[in-house]
Amino acid sequence: MTVIGKSVPRLEDRALLTGMGRFAGDRNFDGQLHMRVVRSTVAHGRIVSVDTGAAAAMPGVHAVWTGADVADIPPIDLRPGSALQDLEKCRQHILVQEIVRYVGDPVAAVFADDPHRAEDAAELVWAEIEELPPVVGLMDPPGEFAPGVSTEPAVFEKGYGDVDAAFAAAAHIVECELSVGRHAGVPLETRGALAIWNDAEARLEFHAAAKIPHTNRIALAALLGLELDQLHLFEGHVGGGFGVRGEIYPDEVLVNLAAMHFRRPVKWIEDRMEHLVAANHSREQTHRIRAAVDADGLVRAIDDEFWFNQGAYARTHGATVPTVSATMLPGPYKVPAYRAKGHIRLTNVTPAGTYRGPGRYETSFVREGLLDRIAAELGLDPLDVRRVNLVAPDEMPYERPFEVGGKPIQYDSGDYPKSLQRFLDHIGYDALRRDMAARREAGEMAGAAVICFLELGGDGPFDDVRVEMAADGAVEVVTGVASVGQGAETVIAQVCAETLGIDYAGITVTHGQTDRIERGQGARASRVTVMTGNATHKAALGVRAILLETAAGLLQTAAEELEISGGTIRVAAAPEGGPSVTVADAAAETLRASSGDRIAVEETFENDRATYSFGAQMAAVSVDPRTAGVTVERFAVAYDIGRAVNPMLVEGQLVGGAVQGIGGALLEEFLYDEAGQPLSVTFADYLMPTAMEVPDVECLVLEEAPSTTNPLGLKSGGDPGITGAGAAIAAAIGEAIGRPGSVARLPVSPMRLREILTGPA
Amino acid sequence: MKPAPFEYVIAESWDAAAALLAEHGDDAVILAGGQSLVPVMNFRLAQPAVLVDVNPVADGAYLRIDADRLRVGALTRHVRFEAPQVGGPLGALFPRVARHIAHLPIRMRGTFGGSLAHADPASEWCTLARTFDAVMVARSVRGDRRIDASDYFQAALVNDLADDEVLREIELPALGPDWACGFAEFNRRAGDFAIVQSVAAFELHDGRIVDARIGIGGAAEVPWRADTAEAVLAGAIPSASLFEEAGAAAAESVGELMTDRQASAEMRRDLVRVMVSRALEDALAAGVER
Ligand SMILES: Cc1cc2nc3c(=O)[nH]c(=O)nc-3n(C[C@H](O)[C@H](O)[C@H](O)COP(=O)(O)OP(=O)(O)OC[C@H]3O[C@@H](n4cnc5c(N)ncnc54)[C@H](O)[C@@H]3O)c2cc1C
Repeated sequence: MTVIGKSVPRLEDRALLTGMGRFAGDRNFDGQLHMRVVRSTVAHGRIVSVDTGAAAAMPGVHAVWTGADVADIPPIDLRPGSALQDLEKCRQHILVQEIVRYVGDPVAAVFADDPHRAEDAAELVWAEIEELPPVVGLMDPPGEFAPGVSTEPAVFEKGYGDVDAAFAAAAHIVECELSVGRHAGVPLETRGALAIWNDAEARLEFHAAAKIPHTNRIALAALLGLELDQLHLFEGHVGGGFGVRGEIYPDEVLVNLAAMHFRRPVKWIEDRMEHLVAANHSREQTHRIRAAVDADGLVRAIDDEFWFNQGAYARTHGATVPTVSATMLPGPYKVPAYRAKGHIRLTNVTPAGTYRGPGRYETSFVREGLLDRIAAELGLDPLDVRRVNLVAPDEMPYERPFEVGGKPIQYDSGDYPKSLQRFLDHIGYDALRRDMAARREAGEMAGAAVICFLELGGDGPFDDVRVEMAADGAVEVVTGVASVGQGAETVIAQVCAETLGIDYAGITVTHGQTDRIERGQGARASRVTVMTGNATHKAALGVRAILLETAAGLLQTAAEELEISGGTIRVAAAPEGGPSVTVADAAAETLRASSGDRIAVEETFENDRATYSFGAQMAAVSVDPRTAGVTVERFAVAYDIGRAVNPMLVEGQLVGGAVQGIGGALLEEFLYDEAGQPLSVTFADYLMPTAMEVPDVECLVLEEAPSTTNPLGLKSGGDPGITGAGAAIAAAIGEAIGRPGSVARLPVSPMRLREILTGPA
Repeated sequence: MKPAPFEYVIAESWDAAAALLAEHGDDAVILAGGQSLVPVMNFRLAQPAVLVDVNPVADGAYLRIDADRLRVGALTRHVRFEAPQVGGPLGALFPRVARHIAHLPIRMRGTFGGSLAHADPASEWCTLARTFDAVMVARSVRGDRRIDASDYFQAALVNDLADDEVLREIELPALGPDWACGFAEFNRRAGDFAIVQSVAAFELHDGRIVDARIGIGGAAEVPWRADTAEAVLAGAIPSASLFEEAGAAAAESVGELMTDRQASAEMRRDLVRVMVSRALEDALAAGVER
């Protein structure tokens, strides 16, 4: 019996489908106060005064805080290791101290006994702000952003090989400018937090935490001046994470600080308008890129310079997005010489952080757009250009000689050309291209394109797991990860069940509770299945050994000769009906002998290498030449996950990612006017894709190349659906309109596409 | 995202609503389906002191053919138009238009009269009302006032209703069987307000167009009737090239085109041309089906 590799139903679903979900909004404590944040309505300005009198006098209002009340709280730190040059100087205070730097910057916080009253009172807080000229243009020449801080707080280079020599010797040089618009993960559940001071335990408790509770515990304790054991975080259900939810923002700190200060529970639920200006934005970057190319399209070198819009402050992710952009741009291709120069820019807009597929969505679009230009300019087939450049299977493991954290990047395994071919066969590529060509022949604008991408994940450095078994055989897996809806519980239970030979459905998986396990890394960077899966496997092997040892005594057989399956331990070689003992009996016997109440094995899985995997995407679109409207007719994703613990969940990730990626390619964008006023503040103007705009996403989950970085051979699976989606849509539109490589900017709004259609060929 | 405090009162008849409006003056607003009003209240862009809920008004929702007039009660929900309600070419057009209004849950609540009162430049019902020269019947303590569509729409979100008037009925012509009606719109997502839309209709006698109506929404601040395009059609035999010509004339006729980040004025002009010709094609197809 094996359960790894099976699309078994999700353990999470019963609670979610029966209305037992416990999201931030579902949690309440007696006597709780509700917080409402007053936000700057101007993009840049000096606070002259904040009048809180009228608000404080409202019935039900407990307190109103301004910057002065929290002046002793340091600004929010960047995550260890993510800072770069002057970025640390750009950290955000939990309430503005003097200068507001974007529309949405928190100026005051109102605490009242009811959320409506808090909102009414917040309306009466009057901040007099002397407006200053805002910086809005990403590509403006550098200037001063704040005293002693440039609008360009960091510039960095990543590269290897002799780029200049390659360009000097190049047969062809192809160059272009490509940009990705500002958009972000927009979870259906907005952010929320609930904090309570627990007097009995003399500790602060932060409920409705998400994503990285253990990491945030350390950071929050430092901010609040607490010892680590005075603070615990408790994850609830999470209605979407995507990198955005679960970071430490000013709001979450305020809630915790207030609960500590007032010794009353404090609850905060963000509304959608706030979310769209306060939670991290992402993606916005412009690349000026050129390639030195042989006549057959083989890329000898890439030279890229790019500008990344960090917004008004550096947030917890520090320089993560631009750094990953620089190192992942070459993707699945050889690119023997490479140089990327990244400019991190500050502007008076909402700060940026990671969004699902950070740095990869953007640079997949840039790289594949470049390849499409190469194909167009050299008169080559776009797929042939990709084929000549793909890393070959005999080059695995492939070293990309970047120094990232002191180590070169190493692509662990894969047969990229074979995976690509399987995808082409799967989608019927040749027939599709013929069909599209015939439609264009007949006057339609229709086209299909396939692009390739590379994914990374499975990030270490460690994960701890404790597998506990009670006397009745009930198993609890205690982990330091989190669930953002991806099915973490199911996958971990599957790995544990497989190792222990028991039913996965009876296993309880605990995550995101800092009082249950000392350390944890949470759910970030597509790491849970790889890291926690392997840690679970290790710990479960420990429990298995204990059970087998007990069973060996009971069955008078050497432990090595026993096997467990279906919850029963028996002699492997013996015929059916031979001597056996149930796992529960073995557990009871073990605990009786040791007079413990649980068998518990805690293990750490450490890994300093990420997994790298190949993927490809296909988009087929038609364009209405008279409206410049785009219809996505087909969309397909292939992804080599190495070994799929639960193929259904992998497909779920691919589909969800693809939908979000299509959103970023066609619809979603945070726009600002010249004064730095946000124009996308509701779902009427920040356009999320719906079922009507997205076709069924076709998935091909491949298990070509298990990872060599971990015993289970697992690779990451959280991001690949989104990674190449912008690239695929752009390439397909280029094909459809008969101008391959012409889409230079995402999202492709009708207005932008119209410019291309009416512009010079 | 919660509304500012307000007082809530119920009106069970149009007269009661009119009396409440007279009592509270411009502090009061009517609450119909709430699908436009409640969002702007939640954003605190509107902070009315008094909400007069007309949902309980008896017999506020109906579609009736009455001699040559089609009467629509202001409280008739959008969703009702999705299924055929009345015969005739206009009756056949309603479902094809209604499904472009927002999404089903919104159509379940939103009302025909609410759309006309809200007067969004891209409202399907407003464009339709302007196309067919609807008459808006407004009730106040002074009695009923009839307002022609050509006077009713004044600017984006601004209509001719006085503060103390409630819209209770919309009158449309009950088009004869020789009319064919069509609709087309362009938007970025299903259910979004159109960037540009067109309602087009013509009356055919012996294969020739004897009368035509062309309305355009989303292009300018108010719905627009393109009479020069109608003139192009008059007396002609329907054809693709004729419809293109009418589209071009319509595009020329729209005065001040709106510009926003969805579409520049220039793009809107092109879209008018396309939507008008497509609405005419749609009319022709619908006419043939009948
Ligand atoms: C997401 C979304 C998408 C939408 N998309 C579209 C779309 O594509 N096309 C479209 O046309 N509409 C769209 N709408 C708006 C929707 O159709 C509304 O229902 C309509 O605009 C208003 O009707 P209502 O009955 O909800 O009016 P309310 O929201 O109750 O009222 C709107 C305004 O009209 C006034 N009012 C209402 N009834 C009367 C009356 N009888 N007399 C006097 N004043 C009155 C109110 O005081 C208020 O100022 C959308 C709405 C949403 C939320």
